[in-house]
Amino acid sequence: MDQKLLRQREAKCVQDNPPGCTAGCPVHVDARGIAGAVCKEDYSAAFALFHKMVPFPGIISSICDQPCQQSCRRRDLDQPIFIRALEQICVKNTAAKPQVSVPTVKKQQTVAIIGAGLSGLTVGWELATKGYKLVLFEATGRLGGSLWDIPENILPRTLIEQDFSVFQNIPITIHYNTVIDSLDDFAVSYDAVYVGTGSRRNNFGLTEDENGNINVEPISLATSQAKVFAGGSLRRNNAERSAIMSVADGKAAATSIIRFLQQASLTANREKEGVFVSELFNDITGIPTETMVLPANPASGYSLEEAGREAARCLQCECLECVKVCEYLAHYQGYPKRYVREVYNNLSIVMGIHRANKMINSCSLCGLCEEVCPGNLSMAEICQEARQMMVEKGKMPPSTHDFALRDLAFSTSELFALTRHQPGYTTSEAIFYPGCQLAASSPDHVAKAYRFLCEKLSGIGLMLGCCGAPARWAGQETLFREKMQTFITNWRSMGSPRVITACPTCYSLFKENVPDIAVETLWTVLERIGLPEGCQQAFPPQTLAIHDSCTTRYDAVLQTSVRKLLEKLGHQWAELPLNHEKTVCCGYGGLMLYANQEVAHKVIERRINESHFDYLAYCTMCRDNFGGQNKRCFHLLDLIWGVDRQTTAGPGISERQHNRAKLKQQLLSELWREHTEKPELKRKLYIADEVLATMERRQILVDDAAKVIEYAESTGNKLKDVGGEYYIAYFQSGSVTYWVEYLPQADGFVVRNSYCHRIEITE
Amino acid sequence: MHKLTEVQQPNLICCKCQIPLTLGKVTLAYLGSTFPVELYKCAQCGLVYIPEELVNGKMKQVEAALEDK
Repeated sequence: MDQKLLRQREAKCVQDNPPGCTAGCPVHVDARGIAGAVCKEDYSAAFALFHKMVPFPGIISSICDQPCQQSCRRRDLDQPIFIRALEQICVKNTAAKPQVSVPTVKKQQTVAIIGAGLSGLTVGWELATKGYKLVLFEATGRLGGSLWDIPENILPRTLIEQDFSVFQNIPITIHYNTVIDSLDDFAVSYDAVYVGTGSRRNNFGLTEDENGNINVEPISLATSQAKVFAGGSLRRNNAERSAIMSVADGKAAATSIIRFLQQASLTANREKEGVFVSELFNDITGIPTETMVLPANPASGYSLEEAGREAARCLQCECLECVKVCEYLAHYQGYPKRYVREVYNNLSIVMGIHRANKMINSCSLCGLCEEVCPGNLSMAEICQEARQMMVEKGKMPPSTHDFALRDLAFSTSELFALTRHQPGYTTSEAIFYPGCQLAASSPDHVAKAYRFLCEKLSGIGLMLGCCGAPARWAGQETLFREKMQTFITNWRSMGSPRVITACPTCYSLFKENVPDIAVETLWTVLERIGLPEGCQQAFPPQTLAIHDSCTTRYDAVLQTSVRKLLEKLGHQWAELPLNHEKTVCCGYGGLMLYANQEVAHKVIERRINESHFDYLAYCTMCRDNFGGQNKRCFHLLDLIWGVDRQTTAGPGISERQHNRAKLKQQLLSELWREHTEKPELKRKLYIADEVLATMERRQILVDDAAKVIEYAESTGNKLKDVGGEYYIAYFQSGSVTYWVEYLPQADGFVVRNSYCHRIEITE
Repeated sequence: MHKLTEVQQPNLICCKCQIPLTLGKVTLAYLGSTFPVELYKCAQCGLVYIPEELVNGKMKQVEAALEDK
């Protein structure tokens, strides 16, 4: 990911765009923040947010014409938020007063301001905070210009006085009752001039537009004369006059004057200075309507209670579409725009700690974020790519995916892998590819499904193995390609027949990586050829909530087949809130469960609580993950052939490998009459359930423990606990050193504990 | 890593050499980093003992830190 791609990706995430109200406010007041603070009854915080953008809070909160309301999202639902009334109570209900802070170091340049209306005073306020010398010329004897024309019941005079009292603390020379008629001799005395004479019509010799208003460049407010800027009501017709627009002009002119004095571009990068359309997305479906709270006493504005109610109407606009549906994205307490940057930074580190490694490895790569994102930003794509880069650079933490990759190695070894034509056939019309995890979890169902396919169709070959998904998810692209190539070679050796798979992940990876493959799932096949006779009796009819697999989220045909099969089996189904193209991962995808158990468990917990019905899955890992957290979940094959095992959690890691190996032996023996030598352990191991559970958690296979004991017993390299009368031994297998505490018992050994580490003992 | 050994003297003997374990220098290594530590070992044949608490505590932390380096 280079800088350009980083920015492109960041730009797709709209979460940190301002809400409509802020973008629609000429001076970008954070009305969302104000409403949020009012909700918390933190009026001083609300006032601070308001005053941060508005120099004269008392005046503006009384007379603002609220252009922000035009882009308030609530407007699309019922009525916009009464933002000005909220601002008003913030001014009224805080002890804080308008302030201005002037730097101690002064600048040498002097700026003249003609006219003490809102725009001119804003120029003064802004430039004073930057340390410029200021000289103000006002035709009347007071500050405020046409503000004094506004009736007192609308704009109390105390507020004018309070807001303008800041000018007593600003180093500004004010010439009252001084009319400037011409800029000819005037302008030469100053470094820059701002003209804000309001409705007093005098064009100062500057060019005019077709309405007779002084011609200004719309972004910079530069006039036809260099160093002279103009704004406020003088460039508007009476009907368009607006206090907040005058303040906005004052701010824009101040920025231009500073740029002019620094000899910088007057117009560069100022597109979003005034009113603009925010790209922030905010879903309002399902939000109940609620009309605007109007003050019971309009003259005095909101009561605290009324303000609270109105502030609570604010939708607090934000996107977070992906974060709302993804526990992983929520877990890291940010949103993709930040995550993309973190991933980028993590990949850029040469020396130092890679803090985002775990975050990168925890994504399930399910793609739901892309589906719900208004900009279609895919964290899956970013995390997948990052993992590949980490592997390429040798920066992937080796422990994260180690077990999954060893399990992949097992499933593609001779212990499980198998490619055969149907017994009695020399060619295959199609092959059945059950997938490694179904074989691990429900070997009996694989055997039954294969026998059924052979019975109903003819020339159905069998391929056992692993499609390489764990390697892909681990970022081991070379290994993945290698495994996929092995599959392709074996498949071609069978005559490139149609592939029927019972695993959604194998299905999607074959489709994506084998260009000319005809692949379908067992479910669409079963829908076509019919179900085994009598299978409807496996379970009494019930309603099941369907959990769609994330790797086939866009496969509507497959999803429909599953639902039809469920119907044929005599059951009804319920849809989970997120399903079909918006389905969520079960916590296994992307090897999330290996990289971050905490997040994976959150994902599972959330999913299993979405419906009180028992669930139906058509991926064995989904079923095992839900079952593992005590949600009753059937695999579609469970409904056809009955549940073939005791616990819903499914077999542990050792038994899964054992099941695969046993399935291969069983099928070879029963169908092809090939008998293989069963590699029996020389000595039996006895392992109590709780010890086995600990080993499972530590990803220690029974075989690993057996290797340690075998080594210790054959070499004598073991320690003896004198008090406990047991042995302790260790042995490094691959990159892991396994420790076993054991004691002999009759024909074997009792394993009382086992642990492991990756740090090597070198001498 | 030097303080890996704040463990009490284990009641272990080396089966081969039939002597109790004593503290001795052991070199551990991971991902290109090596660190000498003191662990209980057989002074004669060098067989080492690393207790479970150490493996699942300090050693796991060091592993994780080195993996993120």
